[in-house]
Amino acid sequence: MAEWINTIVQGVLLGGLYALFAAGLSISFGVMRMINIAHGDMIILASYAAIVGASYLKLPMLFTVVLVVLVLSALGYGAQRLVFNRTLGGDLLRPLLLTFGLSIVIRESLQAVFSADVRSVDVGPIATATWNLGAQINIGVLPLVVMLVGLASIAALQWLFARSRMGRSFRATSDDADTASLMGVDRKHIYALAMVFASAMVALAGVFLVMRTTVSPTDGPARLIYAFEAVIIGGLGSLWGTVAGGVVLGVAQAIGSRLDPGWGILAGHLAFLAILWVRPQGLFPTTRER
Amino acid sequence: MKPHPPARIAAAIGVLAIVAVASMPWWAERSSIHLAVEILATLALAQMWNLLAGYGGLLSVGQQGFVGLGAYALVVFGLQMGLNAFLVIPLAGLVGALAAALVAPLVFRLGGAHFAIGTWVVAEVFRLVVANLPFVSGGSGVSVAKTVMGMSAATRTSLTLWWALALGAGATLAVYLLLRSRWGLALVAVRDSERASRSLGIRVGRIKWAVWVAAAAGCAMTGALLFITKLRVAPDPAFSIDWTTTMFFIVVIGGIGTLEGPIIGTIVYFLLRQWLADLGSVYLITLGVITMLIMLFFERGLWGLWLRWVRWELFPVRRRLGPPRT
Repeated sequence: MAEWINTIVQGVLLGGLYALFAAGLSISFGVMRMINIAHGDMIILASYAAIVGASYLKLPMLFTVVLVVLVLSALGYGAQRLVFNRTLGGDLLRPLLLTFGLSIVIRESLQAVFSADVRSVDVGPIATATWNLGAQINIGVLPLVVMLVGLASIAALQWLFARSRMGRSFRATSDDADTASLMGVDRKHIYALAMVFASAMVALAGVFLVMRTTVSPTDGPARLIYAFEAVIIGGLGSLWGTVAGGVVLGVAQAIGSRLDPGWGILAGHLAFLAILWVRPQGLFPTTRER
Repeated sequence: MKPHPPARIAAAIGVLAIVAVASMPWWAERSSIHLAVEILATLALAQMWNLLAGYGGLLSVGQQGFVGLGAYALVVFGLQMGLNAFLVIPLAGLVGALAAALVAPLVFRLGGAHFAIGTWVVAEVFRLVVANLPFVSGGSGVSVAKTVMGMSAATRTSLTLWWALALGAGATLAVYLLLRSRWGLALVAVRDSERASRSLGIRVGRIKWAVWVAAAAGCAMTGALLFITKLRVAPDPAFSIDWTTTMFFIVVIGGIGTLEGPIIGTIVYFLLRQWLADLGSVYLITLGVITMLIMLFFERGLWGLWLRWVRWELFPVRRRLGPPRT
């Protein structure tokens, strides 16, 4: 029994990481109506940025996190302003194919610079620390921290989207970009700002990923798929939905792996397909597809 | 449509090329035949993806799923049931079509861009299921050399080449004929505006379904053929995303939504590989950067650039109002 509870707890905490993967994707879909195929590779890029900061430059971990978030946010603004914005507004084909190209460029560049080896960062004793709740139920401290940071940052984003002036522009642009422009919203700038927040979430996701486990340059596509599954399970455009989606996915994978180590990832995909089958709009949908 | 002189020249060149390739076993070296097989099989895959993404508006990132199923059709029907490898190819097409029809109700729940990643998940499910099936040797893979044991090397090479020709030229011709038919007109209408097409009485769902199933069959048949040449089937190479990445590069560079695009793209792809393959990552980075530039500045690829200056089409499938310009 305790083993199963531990499995579920691990799954829920893994879901916290997946929610971080998904939040950035949810923002870029929600505001720009753009599916970023390079999303997973950007997460891995952030992981390698953390490796450079923490292992090569020997910066303190907390400082590295802040630095990676700032660097990726700036890159995100630039990429949206200079590249992605040029492809938006027409059909879905151009942004999708553009980011497909970008995903390969990022992946192969990481491979060229860092080789195909798996890597990690040393975060000290917190990496293996656990917190015993009694009755043989243990909670990993690092996964718990990741979950809490994920929840806090998603709460902050939710507040920003629902309550702030900037959030109102985001929602207006998402609903009807042309009308929002008529009302004086600078669409290109709004898209770039949304990408700043998406990239900040990508940065957090990448840093926590490499703190929790190892990464290699080719890991991006799998992260994209998990992020996407969490978004669809949670419901399009809903930030809290990404948490629910991440948790469903994490628990499904944890239970699958418990039954047979080969079935973990498959169980996650099957949970996703099952939810798509019975509830295609996801658990908490807010954005309608156009 | 009125006769279109360049198209006639193209048709003549096409027939000559087909005859030349078909007679390769009598005049070419084995290494060139192998290269021809690879080029034609790649062309077949690219045409299938172009049909899906360029004409059907179905951006699939999951075609590797059907390539892999084709490869495993070879394991099941060829290796385990003892069928001749070359007879397995049409069966593989059937397997691909069936699988596509089975997953269609699921993936078509995802509209537009989400369809892309949904198909990818399906391909991953295929891979993971196959990798966990003991009767096809699971993750470690299996040799299919036995399926072509009885044949002489020359017969095997010729049959492989002719099948590759049938798939590569056949895919091009099939898409061409489709686009000149009423169905093709409906297909392009659906891509350009689903809502308007529906209001004109086009059965949008049925057309998309048909394209999805046909492309899956094409990819599965090509998959079976490709793995006859490789002689070893394992889940990771069979269901590798690289198959779809290759189709994507070729179609985008050549010109998405044009019939000539995949042909031009295949030529460019193999030329670039010849020059840059030794450089490893640099080769793929180059391809990635080229496709990004094309998506930013020349949406219709190299063929679109050509059409800007010269109005000659090799495969005239566009319908024009009024008298033709040439």
